[in-house]
Amino acid sequence: MENSINIDSILELKDVSVSYTPGKLAVNEVNAYFKPQTITAIMGPSGCGKSTLLRAINRMHELYPDIVTTGEILLKGQNIFKMNPMKVRRLAGMVFQRANPFPTMSIYGNVLAGYKLNNISLSKTEKDEIVEHSLRSVNLWEEVKDSLNKKGTFLSGGQQQRLCIARALALKPELLLMDEPTSALDPISTARIEEMLVELKDQYTIIIVTHNMSQAARISDNSMFMYLGELVEFGTTKQMFTKPKDKRTEDYLTGAFG
Amino acid sequence: MKKSFTSTTRFRLAKSSFFFYLVCGFSLVTLIPLFLILWELIRKGYAQFNPSLFTEVAPTSMEAMLAHISGAPIPGGILNGITGTILILSLAILFAIPLGITTGVYLAEKQDKPVARLVRSLSDLLQGIPSIVIGVIVYIWVVKPMSSYSALAGSVALAIMMLPMVIRSTEESLKMLPTSLKEAGLALGGSYATVVLRILLPSAFSGLFTGSLLAISRVMGETAPLLVTVLGATTVNWDITRPVSAASLLIWEFYNDPNLAGLIWSTSLLLLLIILGINLCAKSIAKRWKIQ
Repeated sequence: MENSINIDSILELKDVSVSYTPGKLAVNEVNAYFKPQTITAIMGPSGCGKSTLLRAINRMHELYPDIVTTGEILLKGQNIFKMNPMKVRRLAGMVFQRANPFPTMSIYGNVLAGYKLNNISLSKTEKDEIVEHSLRSVNLWEEVKDSLNKKGTFLSGGQQQRLCIARALALKPELLLMDEPTSALDPISTARIEEMLVELKDQYTIIIVTHNMSQAARISDNSMFMYLGELVEFGTTKQMFTKPKDKRTEDYLTGAFG
Repeated sequence: MKKSFTSTTRFRLAKSSFFFYLVCGFSLVTLIPLFLILWELIRKGYAQFNPSLFTEVAPTSMEAMLAHISGAPIPGGILNGITGTILILSLAILFAIPLGITTGVYLAEKQDKPVARLVRSLSDLLQGIPSIVIGVIVYIWVVKPMSSYSALAGSVALAIMMLPMVIRSTEESLKMLPTSLKEAGLALGGSYATVVLRILLPSAFSGLFTGSLLAISRVMGETAPLLVTVLGATTVNWDITRPVSAASLLIWEFYNDPNLAGLIWSTSLLLLLIILGINLCAKSIAKRWKIQ
Protein backbone atom coordinates (compact mmCIF):
# COMPACT_ATOMS: atom_id res chain seq x y z
CA MET A 1 0.00 0.00 0.00
CA GLU A 2 2.67 2.47 1.05
CA ASN A 3 4.80 1.62 -1.96
CA SER A 4 2.05 2.40 -4.41
CA ILE A 5 1.76 5.88 -2.92
CA ASN A 6 5.51 6.40 -3.08
CA ILE A 7 5.72 5.69 -6.77
CA ASP A 8 3.76 8.75 -7.78
CA SER A 9 5.28 10.98 -5.13
CA ILE A 10 7.34 13.92 -6.39
CA LEU A 11 9.35 14.32 -3.22
CA GLU A 12 10.33 11.77 -0.66
CA LEU A 13 12.15 12.30 2.62
CA LYS A 14 13.94 9.28 4.08
CA ASP A 15 15.31 9.54 7.63
CA VAL A 16 16.12 13.21 7.17
CA SER A 17 17.91 14.70 10.17
CA VAL A 18 19.41 18.16 10.52
CA SER A 19 21.62 19.42 13.32
CA TYR A 20 22.93 22.92 13.98
CA THR A 21 25.29 21.78 16.74
CA PRO A 22 26.78 18.28 16.86
CA GLY A 23 24.66 15.83 18.83
CA LYS A 24 21.59 18.05 18.90
CA LEU A 25 19.03 17.30 16.23
CA ALA A 26 16.78 20.13 15.08
CA VAL A 27 15.03 17.71 12.73
CA ASN A 28 14.94 14.10 13.81
CA GLU A 29 14.65 11.31 11.23
CA VAL A 30 11.69 12.60 9.29
CA ASN A 31 10.09 10.32 6.71
CA ALA A 32 7.50 11.72 4.36
CA TYR A 33 6.35 11.78 0.76
CA PHE A 34 4.60 14.47 -1.21
CA LYS A 35 2.21 13.88 -4.09
CA PRO A 36 2.30 16.13 -7.12
CA GLN A 37 -0.20 18.98 -7.36
CA THR A 38 -0.99 19.10 -3.69
CA ILE A 39 -0.46 21.65 -0.96
CA THR A 40 1.16 20.27 2.15
CA ALA A 41 1.27 22.40 5.27
CA ILE A 42 3.98 21.91 7.86
CA MET A 43 2.73 23.04 11.26
CA GLY A 44 4.13 23.14 14.72
CA PRO A 45 5.19 25.46 17.51
CA SER A 46 8.18 27.80 17.14
CA GLY A 47 11.50 26.02 17.07
CA CYS A 48 10.02 22.64 16.18
CA GLY A 49 12.17 22.38 13.06
CA LYS A 50 9.61 23.08 10.36
CA SER A 51 11.63 25.77 8.56
CA THR A 52 14.76 23.74 9.09
CA LEU A 53 13.16 20.77 7.37
CA LEU A 54 11.93 22.94 4.49
CA ARG A 55 15.38 24.45 3.96
CA ALA A 56 16.91 20.98 3.79
CA ILE A 57 14.86 20.29 0.66
CA ASN A 58 16.61 22.92 -1.48
CA ARG A 59 19.98 22.39 0.24
CA MET A 60 19.90 25.89 1.70
CA HIS A 61 21.70 24.61 4.79
CA GLU A 62 24.89 24.22 2.80
CA LEU A 63 25.49 27.96 3.07
CA TYR A 64 26.26 27.43 6.72
CA PRO A 65 29.05 24.91 7.24
CA ASP A 66 28.04 24.08 10.82
CA ILE A 67 24.73 22.61 9.76
CA VAL A 68 24.76 18.88 9.03
CA THR A 69 21.99 17.19 7.07
CA THR A 70 21.75 13.40 6.89
CA GLY A 71 19.32 11.00 5.26
CA GLU A 72 18.00 10.93 1.74
CA ILE A 73 15.81 13.38 -0.10
CA LEU A 74 14.47 12.15 -3.43
CA LEU A 75 13.17 14.72 -5.86
CA LYS A 76 11.40 12.93 -8.74
CA GLY A 77 13.27 9.82 -7.66
CA GLN A 78 16.70 11.41 -7.75
CA ASN A 79 18.76 11.90 -4.61
CA ILE A 80 19.22 15.66 -4.30
CA PHE A 81 22.53 15.25 -2.49
CA LYS A 82 23.96 13.67 -5.62
CA MET A 83 22.70 16.45 -7.85
CA ASN A 84 24.23 19.85 -8.49
CA PRO A 85 22.85 22.13 -5.72
CA MET A 86 22.10 24.83 -8.29
CA LYS A 87 19.91 22.40 -10.23
CA VAL A 88 18.14 21.32 -7.04
CA ARG A 89 17.34 24.95 -6.24
CA ARG A 90 16.02 25.56 -9.74
CA LEU A 91 13.67 22.60 -9.41
CA ALA A 92 12.61 23.55 -5.88
CA GLY A 93 11.82 27.25 -5.79
CA MET A 94 11.68 28.96 -2.43
CA VAL A 95 9.68 31.84 -1.03
CA PHE A 96 10.85 33.37 2.21
CA GLN A 97 9.12 34.70 5.28
CA ARG A 98 9.91 38.32 4.44
CA ALA A 99 9.51 39.49 0.88
CA ASN A 100 12.99 39.99 -0.52
CA PRO A 101 12.85 41.42 -4.04
CA PHE A 102 16.28 42.39 -5.35
CA PRO A 103 16.51 46.09 -4.56
CA THR A 104 18.59 47.02 -7.62
CA MET A 105 16.26 45.37 -10.13
CA SER A 106 12.97 46.53 -11.62
CA ILE A 107 9.80 44.48 -11.31
CA TYR A 108 10.55 43.08 -14.77
CA GLY A 109 14.14 42.31 -13.80
CA ASN A 110 13.09 40.67 -10.57
CA VAL A 111 10.82 38.20 -12.34
CA LEU A 112 13.66 37.29 -14.70
CA ALA A 113 16.32 37.25 -11.99
CA GLY A 114 16.46 33.45 -11.97
CA TYR A 115 17.38 33.40 -15.66
CA LYS A 116 19.96 36.11 -15.19
CA LEU A 117 21.54 34.28 -12.26
CA ASN A 118 21.66 31.05 -14.24
CA ASN A 119 23.14 32.84 -17.26
CA ILE A 120 20.28 31.70 -19.48
CA SER A 121 19.81 34.17 -22.31
CA LEU A 122 16.33 34.79 -23.64
CA SER A 123 14.92 36.74 -26.54
CA LYS A 124 12.87 39.85 -25.84
CA THR A 125 9.60 38.09 -26.69
CA GLU A 126 10.43 35.12 -24.46
CA LYS A 127 11.23 37.51 -21.65
CA ASP A 128 7.99 39.42 -22.06
CA GLU A 129 6.06 36.19 -22.15
CA ILE A 130 7.64 34.80 -19.01
CA VAL A 131 7.16 38.06 -17.13
CA GLU A 132 3.53 38.37 -18.09
CA HIS A 133 2.73 34.73 -17.44
CA SER A 134 4.48 34.67 -14.08
CA LEU A 135 2.90 37.90 -12.90
CA ARG A 136 -0.51 36.74 -14.08
CA SER A 137 -0.24 33.50 -12.18
CA VAL A 138 0.32 35.42 -8.94
CA ASN A 139 -2.50 37.90 -9.81
CA LEU A 140 -0.08 40.80 -9.88
CA TRP A 141 -0.07 41.57 -13.61
CA GLU A 142 -3.05 43.94 -13.63
CA GLU A 143 -1.58 45.95 -10.77
CA VAL A 144 1.93 46.40 -12.15
CA LYS A 145 1.70 46.05 -15.95
CA ASP A 146 2.17 49.81 -16.40
CA SER A 147 5.09 50.10 -14.01
CA LEU A 148 7.24 47.11 -14.89
CA ASN A 149 10.34 49.29 -14.95
CA LYS A 150 9.86 50.56 -11.43
CA LYS A 151 11.95 49.08 -8.66
CA GLY A 152 10.38 46.06 -7.00
CA THR A 153 10.89 47.63 -3.61
CA PHE A 154 8.30 50.35 -4.41
CA LEU A 155 5.50 47.79 -4.14
CA SER A 156 3.51 47.17 -0.97
CA GLY A 157 4.49 44.27 1.28
CA GLY A 158 1.85 41.94 -0.12
CA GLN A 159 2.70 42.85 -3.71
CA GLN A 160 6.40 42.33 -2.99
CA GLN A 161 5.67 38.87 -1.66
CA ARG A 162 3.64 38.02 -4.77
CA LEU A 163 6.51 39.35 -6.88
CA CYS A 164 8.86 36.99 -5.05
CA ILE A 165 6.50 34.10 -5.74
CA ALA A 166 6.39 35.12 -9.42
CA ARG A 167 10.20 35.21 -9.42
CA ALA A 168 10.28 31.64 -8.12
CA LEU A 169 7.59 30.49 -10.58
CA ALA A 170 9.33 32.09 -13.56
CA LEU A 171 11.89 29.28 -13.52
CA LYS A 172 9.07 26.71 -13.79
CA PRO A 173 10.07 24.70 -10.73
CA GLU A 174 8.62 21.30 -9.83
CA LEU A 175 8.20 22.27 -6.21
CA LEU A 176 7.44 25.49 -4.42
CA LEU A 177 8.79 25.70 -0.89
CA MET A 178 7.23 28.46 1.17
CA ASP A 179 8.54 29.47 4.54
CA GLU A 180 5.71 31.28 6.39
CA PRO A 181 5.11 33.46 3.33
CA THR A 182 2.23 35.41 4.84
CA SER A 183 3.38 35.88 8.43
CA ALA A 184 4.54 39.45 7.76
CA LEU A 185 1.44 40.44 5.79
CA ASP A 186 -1.95 41.96 6.57
CA PRO A 187 -5.12 39.77 6.36
CA ILE A 188 -6.15 41.08 2.92
CA SER A 189 -2.78 40.37 1.32
CA THR A 190 -2.76 37.02 3.07
CA ALA A 191 -6.17 36.13 1.64
CA ARG A 192 -5.00 37.06 -1.89
CA ILE A 193 -1.93 34.88 -1.59
CA GLU A 194 -3.96 31.98 -0.23
CA GLU A 195 -6.39 32.20 -3.17
CA MET A 196 -3.47 32.28 -5.52
CA LEU A 197 -1.86 29.21 -3.96
CA VAL A 198 -5.03 27.20 -4.43
CA GLU A 199 -5.00 28.24 -8.12
CA LEU A 200 -1.33 27.36 -8.48
CA LYS A 201 -1.94 23.87 -7.14
CA ASP A 202 -2.99 22.74 -10.61
CA GLN A 203 0.55 23.16 -11.86
CA TYR A 204 2.84 22.98 -8.88
CA THR A 205 3.47 20.99 -5.75
CA ILE A 206 3.52 23.33 -2.82
CA ILE A 207 4.96 22.80 0.64
CA ILE A 208 4.12 25.60 3.00
CA VAL A 209 5.44 26.11 6.51
CA THR A 210 2.86 27.92 8.55
CA HIS A 211 2.35 29.08 12.05
CA ASN A 212 -1.26 29.70 11.33
CA MET A 213 -3.48 26.65 11.84
CA SER A 214 -6.52 28.14 10.16
CA GLN A 215 -4.40 28.90 7.11
CA ALA A 216 -3.35 25.26 6.97
CA ALA A 217 -6.97 24.19 7.30
CA ARG A 218 -8.08 26.59 4.57
CA ILE A 219 -5.63 25.74 1.83
CA SER A 220 -3.78 22.48 2.40
CA ASP A 221 -4.60 18.97 1.26
CA ASN A 222 -2.15 17.29 3.58
CA SER A 223 -0.64 18.39 6.85
CA MET A 224 2.42 17.54 8.84
CA PHE A 225 2.64 18.28 12.51
CA MET A 226 6.13 18.61 13.93
CA TYR A 227 7.12 18.87 17.54
CA LEU A 228 10.67 19.14 18.94
CA GLY A 229 12.19 18.12 15.63
CA GLU A 230 10.04 15.05 15.24
CA LEU A 231 7.35 14.46 12.68
CA VAL A 232 4.50 13.60 15.02
CA GLU A 233 1.71 13.20 12.55
CA PHE A 234 1.30 13.29 8.79
CA GLY A 235 -1.96 12.82 6.94
CA THR A 236 -4.73 14.54 5.15
CA THR A 237 -5.60 17.93 6.60
CA LYS A 238 -9.21 16.94 7.05
CA GLN A 239 -8.34 13.90 9.09
CA MET A 240 -5.78 15.77 11.18
CA PHE A 241 -8.15 18.56 12.10
CA THR A 242 -11.09 16.30 12.81
CA LYS A 243 -9.53 13.13 14.21
CA PRO A 244 -5.88 13.67 15.15
CA LYS A 245 -4.15 10.39 15.92
CA ASP A 246 -1.59 11.74 18.32
CA LYS A 247 -2.34 13.39 21.65
CA ARG A 248 0.27 16.11 20.98
CA THR A 249 -1.34 17.06 17.68
CA GLU A 250 -4.68 17.33 19.37
CA ASP A 251 -3.26 19.49 22.16
CA TYR A 252 -1.59 21.80 19.66
CA LEU A 253 -4.67 22.13 17.46
CA THR A 254 -6.91 22.85 20.42
CA GLY A 255 -4.52 25.51 21.64
CA ALA A 256 -3.17 23.73 24.70
CA PHE A 257 0.35 24.88 23.71
CA GLY A 258 2.17 26.55 20.87
CA MET B 1 5.18 70.49 48.06
CA LYS B 2 3.92 71.84 44.76
CA LYS B 3 6.46 74.66 44.81
CA SER B 4 9.47 72.35 45.22
CA PHE B 5 8.20 70.25 42.33
CA THR B 6 8.03 73.22 39.96
CA SER B 7 11.45 74.48 41.01
CA THR B 8 12.92 71.06 40.26
CA THR B 9 11.21 71.12 36.90
CA ARG B 10 12.52 74.58 36.19
CA PHE B 11 16.01 73.50 37.15
CA ARG B 12 15.77 70.51 34.84
CA LEU B 13 14.53 72.62 31.97
CA ALA B 14 17.34 75.11 32.53
CA LYS B 15 19.87 72.31 32.64
CA SER B 16 18.51 70.78 29.45
CA SER B 17 18.55 74.06 27.52
CA PHE B 18 22.03 74.81 28.86
CA PHE B 19 23.28 71.52 27.43
CA PHE B 20 21.45 72.14 24.19
CA TYR B 21 23.21 75.47 23.67
CA LEU B 22 26.51 73.99 24.80
CA VAL B 23 26.27 71.24 22.18
CA CYS B 24 25.23 73.71 19.48
CA GLY B 25 28.00 76.08 20.46
CA PHE B 26 30.74 73.48 20.33
CA SER B 27 29.45 72.15 17.03
CA LEU B 28 29.79 75.63 15.58
CA VAL B 29 33.31 75.91 17.02
CA THR B 30 34.35 72.85 15.00
CA LEU B 31 33.25 74.64 11.84
CA ILE B 32 35.49 77.65 12.50
CA PRO B 33 38.77 76.11 11.27
CA LEU B 34 37.18 75.00 8.00
CA PHE B 35 35.77 78.44 7.27
CA LEU B 36 38.96 80.21 8.34
CA ILE B 37 41.02 77.99 6.04
CA LEU B 38 38.64 78.55 3.14
CA TRP B 39 38.54 82.30 3.77
CA GLU B 40 42.32 82.53 3.95
CA LEU B 41 42.77 80.55 0.74
CA ILE B 42 40.18 82.55 -1.15
CA ARG B 43 41.60 85.88 0.11
CA LYS B 44 45.15 85.04 -0.88
CA GLY B 45 44.49 82.79 -3.82
CA TYR B 46 41.79 84.50 -5.85
CA ALA B 47 44.26 86.83 -7.63
CA GLN B 48 46.11 83.88 -9.10
CA PHE B 49 42.95 81.77 -9.62
CA ASN B 50 42.70 82.36 -13.37
CA PRO B 51 42.28 80.22 -16.51
CA SER B 52 46.04 79.91 -16.97
CA LEU B 53 46.11 77.95 -13.70
CA PHE B 54 44.51 75.09 -15.64
CA THR B 55 46.17 75.58 -19.02
CA GLU B 56 49.83 76.32 -18.34
CA VAL B 57 52.61 74.48 -16.59
CA ALA B 58 54.30 75.84 -13.48
CA PRO B 59 56.59 78.80 -14.14
CA THR B 60 60.31 78.75 -13.44
CA SER B 61 61.68 80.71 -10.56
CA MET B 62 63.19 83.28 -12.98
CA GLU B 63 59.87 83.92 -14.80
CA ALA B 64 58.11 84.43 -11.50
CA MET B 65 60.80 86.80 -10.26
CA LEU B 66 60.64 88.96 -13.41
CA ALA B 67 56.85 89.17 -13.10
CA HIS B 68 57.21 90.07 -9.47
CA ILE B 69 59.60 92.92 -10.26
CA SER B 70 57.30 94.38 -12.94
CA GLY B 71 54.34 94.05 -10.56
CA ALA B 72 52.42 91.62 -12.84
CA PRO B 73 50.77 88.45 -11.51
CA ILE B 74 52.91 85.32 -11.62
CA PRO B 75 52.56 83.73 -15.08
CA GLY B 76 51.87 80.06 -15.68
CA GLY B 77 49.67 77.56 -13.88
CA ILE B 78 49.74 74.06 -12.48
CA LEU B 79 48.74 72.02 -15.54
CA ASN B 80 51.66 69.64 -14.97
CA GLY B 81 50.43 69.11 -11.41
CA ILE B 82 46.81 68.55 -12.43
CA THR B 83 47.66 66.04 -15.14
CA GLY B 84 50.14 64.31 -12.83
CA THR B 85 47.55 63.98 -10.08
CA ILE B 86 45.03 62.60 -12.59
CA LEU B 87 47.56 60.07 -13.90
CA ILE B 88 48.73 58.90 -10.47
CA LEU B 89 45.21 58.71 -9.05
CA SER B 90 43.77 56.81 -12.03
CA LEU B 91 46.48 54.18 -11.73
CA ALA B 92 46.03 54.01 -7.95
CA ILE B 93 42.28 53.51 -8.43
CA LEU B 94 42.99 50.76 -10.95
CA PHE B 95 45.18 48.92 -8.42
CA ALA B 96 43.35 49.58 -5.17
CA ILE B 97 39.67 49.35 -6.00
CA PRO B 98 39.44 45.85 -7.54
CA LEU B 99 41.81 44.47 -4.92
CA GLY B 100 40.07 46.28 -2.08
CA ILE B 101 36.59 45.24 -3.16
CA THR B 102 37.49 41.56 -3.58
CA THR B 103 39.19 41.55 -0.18
CA GLY B 104 36.15 43.28 1.31
CA VAL B 105 33.85 40.65 -0.19
CA TYR B 106 36.00 37.91 1.32
CA LEU B 107 35.98 39.55 4.76
CA ALA B 108 32.21 40.08 4.67
CA GLU B 109 31.55 36.49 3.58
CA LYS B 110 34.01 34.70 5.86
CA GLN B 111 33.75 36.90 8.90
CA ASP B 112 35.05 34.43 11.47
CA LYS B 113 37.67 32.53 9.51
CA PRO B 114 41.13 32.96 11.10
CA VAL B 115 42.51 34.15 7.77
CA ALA B 116 39.79 36.79 7.51
CA ARG B 117 40.52 38.01 11.03
CA LEU B 118 44.21 38.25 10.19
CA VAL B 119 43.53 40.15 6.97
CA ARG B 120 41.19 42.53 8.79
CA SER B 121 43.76 43.29 11.51
CA LEU B 122 46.53 43.76 8.96
CA SER B 123 44.41 46.12 6.92
CA ASP B 124 43.68 48.15 10.05
CA LEU B 125 47.41 48.25 10.80
CA LEU B 126 48.11 49.35 7.23
CA GLN B 127 45.89 52.35 7.81
CA GLY B 128 48.15 53.38 10.69
CA ILE B 129 51.42 53.31 8.77
CA PRO B 130 52.76 56.85 8.26
CA SER B 131 52.49 57.84 4.62
CA ILE B 132 56.18 58.73 4.32
CA VAL B 133 57.07 55.20 5.45
CA ILE B 134 54.89 53.78 2.69
CA GLY B 135 56.66 56.20 0.34
CA VAL B 136 60.17 55.03 1.17
CA ILE B 137 59.12 51.36 1.02
CA VAL B 138 57.70 51.91 -2.45
CA TYR B 139 60.93 53.72 -3.32
CA ILE B 140 62.79 50.49 -2.54
CA TRP B 141 60.21 48.26 -4.25
CA VAL B 142 59.53 50.22 -7.42
CA VAL B 143 61.79 53.23 -7.90
CA LYS B 144 65.09 51.39 -7.33
CA PRO B 145 64.38 48.36 -9.56
CA MET B 146 63.16 50.68 -12.35
CA SER B 147 66.07 53.03 -11.61
CA SER B 148 63.73 55.98 -12.17
CA TYR B 149 61.15 57.93 -10.24
CA SER B 150 57.80 57.35 -11.88
CA ALA B 151 54.06 57.95 -11.81
CA LEU B 152 53.74 54.18 -11.41
CA ALA B 153 55.67 54.25 -8.13
CA GLY B 154 53.53 57.09 -6.81
CA SER B 155 50.34 55.28 -7.70
CA VAL B 156 51.53 52.12 -5.92
CA ALA B 157 52.12 54.17 -2.77
CA LEU B 158 48.70 55.85 -2.98
CA ALA B 159 47.01 52.52 -3.78
CA ILE B 160 48.48 51.02 -0.60
CA MET B 161 47.07 53.93 1.34
CA MET B 162 43.64 53.57 -0.26
CA LEU B 163 43.35 49.83 0.26
CA PRO B 164 42.30 49.76 3.94
CA MET B 165 39.58 52.32 3.32
CA VAL B 166 38.19 50.49 0.30
CA ILE B 167 38.33 47.13 2.11
CA ARG B 168 36.53 48.45 5.18
CA SER B 169 33.81 50.27 3.29
CA THR B 170 33.17 47.23 1.09
CA GLU B 171 33.00 44.92 4.07
CA GLU B 172 30.71 47.24 6.03
CA SER B 173 28.32 47.90 3.18
CA LEU B 174 28.04 44.19 2.33
CA LYS B 175 27.42 43.32 5.97
CA MET B 176 24.53 45.76 6.05
CA LEU B 177 22.67 43.77 3.39
CA PRO B 178 20.13 41.30 4.78
CA THR B 179 21.14 37.61 4.50
CA SER B 180 17.79 36.99 2.86
CA LEU B 181 19.12 38.72 -0.25
CA LYS B 182 21.93 36.21 -0.67
CA GLU B 183 19.62 33.31 0.15
CA ALA B 184 17.07 34.54 -2.38
CA GLY B 185 19.75 34.63 -5.07
CA LEU B 186 21.05 31.17 -4.27
CA ALA B 187 17.51 29.77 -3.95
CA LEU B 188 16.96 30.72 -7.59
CA GLY B 189 19.82 28.45 -8.55
CA GLY B 190 22.46 31.13 -8.97
CA SER B 191 26.07 30.16 -8.43
CA TYR B 192 27.93 31.82 -5.62
CA ALA B 193 29.90 34.02 -8.01
CA THR B 194 26.86 35.27 -9.92
CA VAL B 195 25.00 36.01 -6.69
CA VAL B 196 27.94 38.09 -5.43
CA LEU B 197 28.44 39.87 -8.74
CA ARG B 198 24.85 40.43 -9.78
CA ILE B 199 22.99 40.74 -6.50
CA LEU B 200 25.23 41.59 -3.56
CA LEU B 201 27.70 44.03 -5.10
CA PRO B 202 25.04 46.02 -7.02
CA SER B 203 22.90 46.20 -3.88
CA ALA B 204 25.85 47.53 -1.91
CA PHE B 205 26.91 49.83 -4.72
CA SER B 206 26.20 53.14 -3.03
CA GLY B 207 28.32 52.11 -0.05
CA LEU B 208 31.14 50.88 -2.28
CA PHE B 209 31.07 53.99 -4.41
CA THR B 210 31.07 56.45 -1.51
CA GLY B 211 33.80 54.49 0.24
CA SER B 212 35.95 54.57 -2.88
CA LEU B 213 35.33 58.29 -3.41
CA LEU B 214 36.29 59.08 0.16
CA ALA B 215 39.44 57.00 -0.22
CA ILE B 216 40.31 58.92 -3.39
CA SER B 217 39.77 62.30 -1.78
CA ARG B 218 41.79 61.16 1.23
CA VAL B 219 44.91 60.32 -0.82
CA MET B 220 44.52 63.12 -3.33
CA GLY B 221 46.26 65.61 -1.07
CA GLU B 222 49.04 63.24 -0.01
CA THR B 223 52.47 64.77 -0.52
CA ALA B 224 55.02 62.90 1.55
CA PRO B 225 54.83 59.55 -0.30
CA LEU B 226 54.94 61.35 -3.66
CA LEU B 227 58.11 63.24 -2.75
CA VAL B 228 60.08 60.01 -2.74
CA THR B 229 58.26 58.23 -5.58
CA VAL B 230 57.25 60.57 -8.40
CA LEU B 231 59.85 63.31 -7.77
CA GLY B 232 58.12 66.03 -9.80
CA ALA B 233 58.34 67.33 -13.36
CA THR B 234 58.22 70.69 -15.04
CA THR B 235 56.33 69.50 -18.11
CA VAL B 236 53.12 67.62 -18.76
CA ASN B 237 53.95 63.92 -18.86
CA TRP B 238 51.59 61.02 -19.51
CA ASP B 239 54.31 58.31 -19.41
CA ILE B 240 53.80 56.21 -16.31
CA THR B 241 57.44 55.11 -16.21
CA ARG B 242 58.77 58.67 -15.93
CA PRO B 243 58.70 61.26 -13.14
CA VAL B 244 55.55 63.38 -12.99
CA SER B 245 54.34 66.24 -10.89
CA ALA B 246 51.24 66.42 -8.73
CA ALA B 247 49.12 69.27 -7.39
CA SER B 248 50.09 68.59 -3.79
CA LEU B 249 53.73 68.26 -4.79
CA LEU B 250 53.65 71.66 -6.51
CA ILE B 251 52.45 73.28 -3.29
CA TRP B 252 55.59 71.90 -1.62
CA GLU B 253 57.78 73.15 -4.46
CA PHE B 254 56.20 76.62 -4.42
CA TYR B 255 56.73 76.74 -0.67
CA ASN B 256 60.42 76.07 -1.15
CA ASP B 257 60.90 78.88 -3.66
CA PRO B 258 60.27 82.44 -2.41
CA ASN B 259 59.60 83.66 -5.96
CA LEU B 260 56.85 81.09 -6.50
CA ALA B 261 55.25 81.38 -3.06
CA GLY B 262 52.41 83.44 -4.55
CA LEU B 263 51.09 80.32 -6.31
CA ILE B 264 50.70 78.31 -3.10
CA TRP B 265 47.29 79.76 -2.29
CA SER B 266 45.58 79.32 -5.63
CA THR B 267 46.90 75.74 -5.91
CA SER B 268 45.77 74.93 -2.37
CA LEU B 269 42.38 76.47 -3.04
CA LEU B 270 41.92 74.34 -6.15
CA LEU B 271 42.97 71.15 -4.36
CA LEU B 272 40.70 71.90 -1.41
CA LEU B 273 37.73 72.68 -3.68
CA ILE B 274 38.17 69.39 -5.57
CA ILE B 275 38.42 67.38 -2.36
CA LEU B 276 35.43 69.12 -0.80
CA GLY B 277 33.53 68.55 -4.04
CA ILE B 278 34.29 64.83 -4.01
CA ASN B 279 33.22 64.59 -0.37
CA LEU B 280 29.93 66.36 -0.98
CA CYS B 281 29.37 64.19 -4.04
CA ALA B 282 29.98 61.06 -1.97
CA LYS B 283 27.51 62.25 0.66
CA SER B 284 24.73 62.98 -1.81
CA ILE B 285 25.27 59.67 -3.60
CA ALA B 286 25.12 57.80 -0.31
CA LYS B 287 21.83 59.52 0.44
CA ARG B 288 20.22 59.22 -2.97
CA TRP B 289 21.14 55.65 -3.84
CA LYS B 290 20.60 54.26 -0.40
CA ILE B 291 18.61 51.05 -0.55
CA GLN B 292 15.98 50.59 2.09
